[in-house]
Amino acid sequence: MSINWTSYCASGLHDELIGPGGGARVAGRALIRHLSELGSEELGVRQQAAELAIKVMGVTFTVYHEQGGSIDRAWPLDIIPRIISSREWNRIAAGLKQRVAALNHFIDDVYHEQRIVKDGVFPHHIIASSKNFRPNCVGISPPQGCWAHICGSDLVRDKDGTVYVLEDNLRVPSGVSYMIENRQVVKRVLPELFENTTILPVDDYPSQLHEMLVALSPRRERLPEVVVLTPGIYNSAYFEHSYLARQMGCELVEGRDLAVRDDDCVYMQTIHGWTRIDVIYRRIDDDFLDPDSFRADSTLGVPGLMRAWAKGNVALANAPGAGVADDKLVYTYVPDMIRYYLDEDPILPNVPSWRCAEPEHLEHVLQHLDSLVVKPVDGSGGYGMLMGPTASQRERNHFATQLKAAPRSFIAQPVITLSTVPTFVDDRIEPRHVDLRPFILSGPKTYVTTGGLTRVALREGSLVVNSSQGGGSKDTWIVDVEA
Amino acid sequence: MLSRVAENVYWLARYLERAENMARLVNVNTHLLLDLPPEYRPGWLPLIDITGSRGLFDARDKRPEEREIVHFLTADLDNPGSILSSLHSGRENARALRDVLPTEVWEHLNELFMEIKEKLPALSKRNRFHFLQHTIRGMQTLTGQLEGTMSRNDAFTLLMLGRNLERADMTSRIIDVRSAQLVPTDAPGFQPFDTIHWLTLLKSLSGYQMYRLSQRTRVSRSAVLEFVLRDLQFPRACLFCLKEVEHFLQALPRSAGVLDSLEEACSFLVSAQPETLDQPALHELLDRLQLHIIIVHEGIAQSYFPLRAEASGQSQVQFSSDERQKMPLFSDAPSG
Repeated sequence: MSINWTSYCASGLHDELIGPGGGARVAGRALIRHLSELGSEELGVRQQAAELAIKVMGVTFTVYHEQGGSIDRAWPLDIIPRIISSREWNRIAAGLKQRVAALNHFIDDVYHEQRIVKDGVFPHHIIASSKNFRPNCVGISPPQGCWAHICGSDLVRDKDGTVYVLEDNLRVPSGVSYMIENRQVVKRVLPELFENTTILPVDDYPSQLHEMLVALSPRRERLPEVVVLTPGIYNSAYFEHSYLARQMGCELVEGRDLAVRDDDCVYMQTIHGWTRIDVIYRRIDDDFLDPDSFRADSTLGVPGLMRAWAKGNVALANAPGAGVADDKLVYTYVPDMIRYYLDEDPILPNVPSWRCAEPEHLEHVLQHLDSLVVKPVDGSGGYGMLMGPTASQRERNHFATQLKAAPRSFIAQPVITLSTVPTFVDDRIEPRHVDLRPFILSGPKTYVTTGGLTRVALREGSLVVNSSQGGGSKDTWIVDVEA
Repeated sequence: MLSRVAENVYWLARYLERAENMARLVNVNTHLLLDLPPEYRPGWLPLIDITGSRGLFDARDKRPEEREIVHFLTADLDNPGSILSSLHSGRENARALRDVLPTEVWEHLNELFMEIKEKLPALSKRNRFHFLQHTIRGMQTLTGQLEGTMSRNDAFTLLMLGRNLERADMTSRIIDVRSAQLVPTDAPGFQPFDTIHWLTLLKSLSGYQMYRLSQRTRVSRSAVLEFVLRDLQFPRACLFCLKEVEHFLQALPRSAGVLDSLEEACSFLVSAQPETLDQPALHELLDRLQLHIIIVHEGIAQSYFPLRAEASGQSQVQFSSDERQKMPLFSDAPSG
């Protein structure tokens, strides 16, 4: 059965592969032609092959307990890729680098002189009221003045084609391993396409990450000991932690493997005895990192770790306290930061946002709750949001009360109708909404992944792409198109 | 190598080896029952005793008949020594080792577990032998992948320690299958069946051909016991396994204490005279051998595994003197 693209309806939407007239966009022409040749039946066979490969490869994104042992939820991948032309991607990558540079300036400034506050660009009260501002980071200068070494920024494209930055994840962003594994799987099941198209590779991320981490080492004389610190196998991103450790050839450690000893250095317990560690790529939130400095009840962290870090005896990526910029209210100031620190115009726009902390903005938000999305400033995973247009009056009233009680805790944005990509659903191809999470590494040089992780909302009409809420994923191709 | 990882690798190897040998144990008993005249058939209960799981089985309140016992030994996830449980625990350990193990090992183990989990619980008696053979072959593929693709690093050394210690233990249990039946060896008319028994035992250890090559004599109780307990060339013989443990321990730091207890285990085995023992005395000898193996295990744990803080949620492998009498299979290892 061949695929009828004329019945593929993405009207009123921006589709990443199919143009307004129903024809394929330039970068996606070869793909659409190939899909049509395959037909939906064969495509179904390939989709099944992909799912089997994922199961066998053991690519999982969460593990939970059930009677009789743990069950793995296979990572959901739709085999039809999302395509971006390299020309557009280069501009996006430049915008991301610019953004992360400004964010790192900002974090360093926050923990030192706070020039941006003194110059009246950023209000002091936001720092004072930030949950992720860490007073014990004040005055500390991590190597290279860099705090957010790994950043995952979420990008969305609105129906007019504009790409916006939706948020910047500066704490422990995950997803990059799925980006790499998605490519492995799609290569296995759609090999023909890779023979005839120039699709830029994605798999050098682990070596870039390793290089960046090595450069943070406080000791210079030999090959530094770099480790990945995980909360353990029951963490939903454990697959990724082990994947990255494996790809980088590092030890994957848990808090209980580590100790800070009398010399204020960090050691791991090995069969040879205690071995000193230089760099920790930590996948544990600040709160759990060091029970001596943060939550005392944490059993995941290492007592004394902050002390070792503050003395410069170990490097942590991301640095503790970097999360101060992972706050949606701070996010609304990123364009200002770019102008302030870099004296440049922002390349990528923010989604227009109302700061509920400001009385006039709050007034506007309360009056337009039925057309806005309200988000908690420190939320993630799509939890605790109000989708104004689809919410009930009761939910809106409930949010109005919350907004008035704690305006600092929320921002509001117009609903962005995320762009769509053809997706294989129940033996048919239908448009489904997507976002994109590229990863940016900051060190001696800045590196942006080639594309990123495309997440797709599998339910019809849904704009919620989060994996924890039934979202799927796609391979993301940056394709060289000669103009 | 991290102490925690060392512990995971060691247990991974033990669980995989245990799953394979449990399949061998069930198959040897199946054959034995077919070969013996009805009046001498010991049934299935001896396997429960040999695996030290009588208490656990009795708590099930199931009839001690073939179907229930085979299910208990192969597919019961609440029996930590069953094939399925061992594979599950092995896989959980492997999950924490994905940065250490070759990728294809993980993929194969994953595939094997899913297949066995699906098919084992519903296995008919007719298909049982073949499926267990298939399981053994699957486990041996894993062994081969580890041999063929893993660097000879500390992780490999720990893997070899776990594998060989478990193998020595399980071989001793497989030898013990025969001793549980009360038929005296000199019972009238039993002699030909006794030979069949030892032949079956050899085959269950895939050792018949190697026995022939090394012993060059007809199958007899004393020659078989010599072979499976003390041969230094056959890789499933107890002494061979212990010598392997010794060899790999020498590559590790801080092994003096363990090497001492291993030396004791080896000399116990070397000085034993199994051919002079009747079945109850042989059973006693095998029990004592298993005790030696437990002591070697404890030495390894002490030297290389993490020191347990009281709040870590995992207790060190320990046996009360009462439990020692029953020789349970190790079951309280970390599963991750």
